[in-house]
Amino acid sequence: MWLWFHKLGSPPHFYRTAGRLIPWFAIPAALLLVAGTLGGLVIAPADYEQGDGFRIIYVHVPSAYLAMFGYVAMAIAAAVGLIWRMKLAFAFAAACAPVGAAFTFLCLATGSLWGKPMWGVWWDWDGRMTSMLVLLFLYLGVIALRGAFDDAAKGDRAAALLAIVGVVNIPIIKFSVDWWNTLHQPATLSKLSAPSMTMDMLGWLLVMIVGHMLFFAAVVTLRLRGEVLLRERGARWIRGVDGRA
Amino acid sequence: MSGMLAAALALARRDLRAALRRWGELALPLCFFVIVLTLFPLGLAPERDTLAAVGPGVLWVAALLASLLALESLFRSDMDDGSMEQLVLSPQPLALMALVKALTHWLMSGLPLVLLTPLVAQAFYLPGNAIWVLALALFLATPTLSLIGAVAAALTASLRRGAGVLGILVLPLAVPLLVFGARATDLAIQGQSAAGPLYLLAALFALAVTLAPLAIAAALRISVD
Repeated sequence: MWLWFHKLGSPPHFYRTAGRLIPWFAIPAALLLVAGTLGGLVIAPADYEQGDGFRIIYVHVPSAYLAMFGYVAMAIAAAVGLIWRMKLAFAFAAACAPVGAAFTFLCLATGSLWGKPMWGVWWDWDGRMTSMLVLLFLYLGVIALRGAFDDAAKGDRAAALLAIVGVVNIPIIKFSVDWWNTLHQPATLSKLSAPSMTMDMLGWLLVMIVGHMLFFAAVVTLRLRGEVLLRERGARWIRGVDGRA
Repeated sequence: MSGMLAAALALARRDLRAALRRWGELALPLCFFVIVLTLFPLGLAPERDTLAAVGPGVLWVAALLASLLALESLFRSDMDDGSMEQLVLSPQPLALMALVKALTHWLMSGLPLVLLTPLVAQAFYLPGNAIWVLALALFLATPTLSLIGAVAAALTASLRRGAGVLGILVLPLAVPLLVFGARATDLAIQGQSAAGPLYLLAALFALAVTLAPLAIAAALRISVD
């Protein structure tokens, strides 16, 4: 177990493993996303109340999910990096941040597009939207703080600490819909109770969520390989790496 | 134990003395606060109803920005003259020292702001009762703000141009304070009990005073080495 852990932490080994892993994430992601898009946009029935407008849920919910998942993953990696001084964990946190920020933006944008026909407004200052916006700012803060340091190792550690402090926002987002009973509808998916969707709609949503997750994994792994190359640019093993490896 | 306390008191005394000797730096955020608040009635139509409606929000945002201005100097001089390294190296727990520094900073920048508020709130025609709620809410929120701000200031302490980043780091985390603070003031203006949001502000302070010193200490360790 520990041997595996140490091996994963060594940049050349990781670089090779990640290169082999990417197709395993990317190909299923492409298949699931195509299937889920077709299923969600064409096959699933129109909603009783919202008509075809509800179909944006097939992008909105997965991206909201990944926005939060990405932040938690980044914060855990940051904590691992700070505690065990693992360089690869910092590289992971650095690779995660822009992708998570992009998903947060996508979630806000699709939510806004969805809000206009359903609520009549592009934006409303309710708890969930505001805390999602704060999440976007937190992502940007982490990225900006890392960029502000000339010393990359110091920037990594400062950004890691900020990422951990920012975790307080995640439960606020998660429960904001229950705490502030405003425009945003309550969660559709919940572990404890039956989902408030019929199976023929829900199935495609799950396909889309898994597809988005695999896409996230593929992109982060790809970026992580880039980060490893950037951070190890003086190392000897890099000479053996060419563009095709 | 008593050594720890003595060190904390000594640090507080030193910080207060150093701050009072450069009172120009102390007055700067307060001037900024008052000037921003003067600009709003001039920019908006100076009608009583409009001003009373936007008043609480404007006061809160101005207070946030003014305290941001004051944060810049929190660790700067200590980083420059090397006394921060001594603090980090000293046997006293760094989290306690960080707490002392953050609270003295509040004493010198947050408290004057709170004391000034009842005065400037008159310019926005807030009802008498609401002014006291506003001052109380600010009294509860500004120490939390100093603690959150100290985390960000500690993270950016070793940066030469940290001011821009500081705003991006502090303001998102200050959102709950703004939300509950403005809500307390609104409730008071409508003549309802503002106890709920005030309790929440107090809870946030309790959370910040227990957790933030650890984060400040960790951030200072990163900045110093």
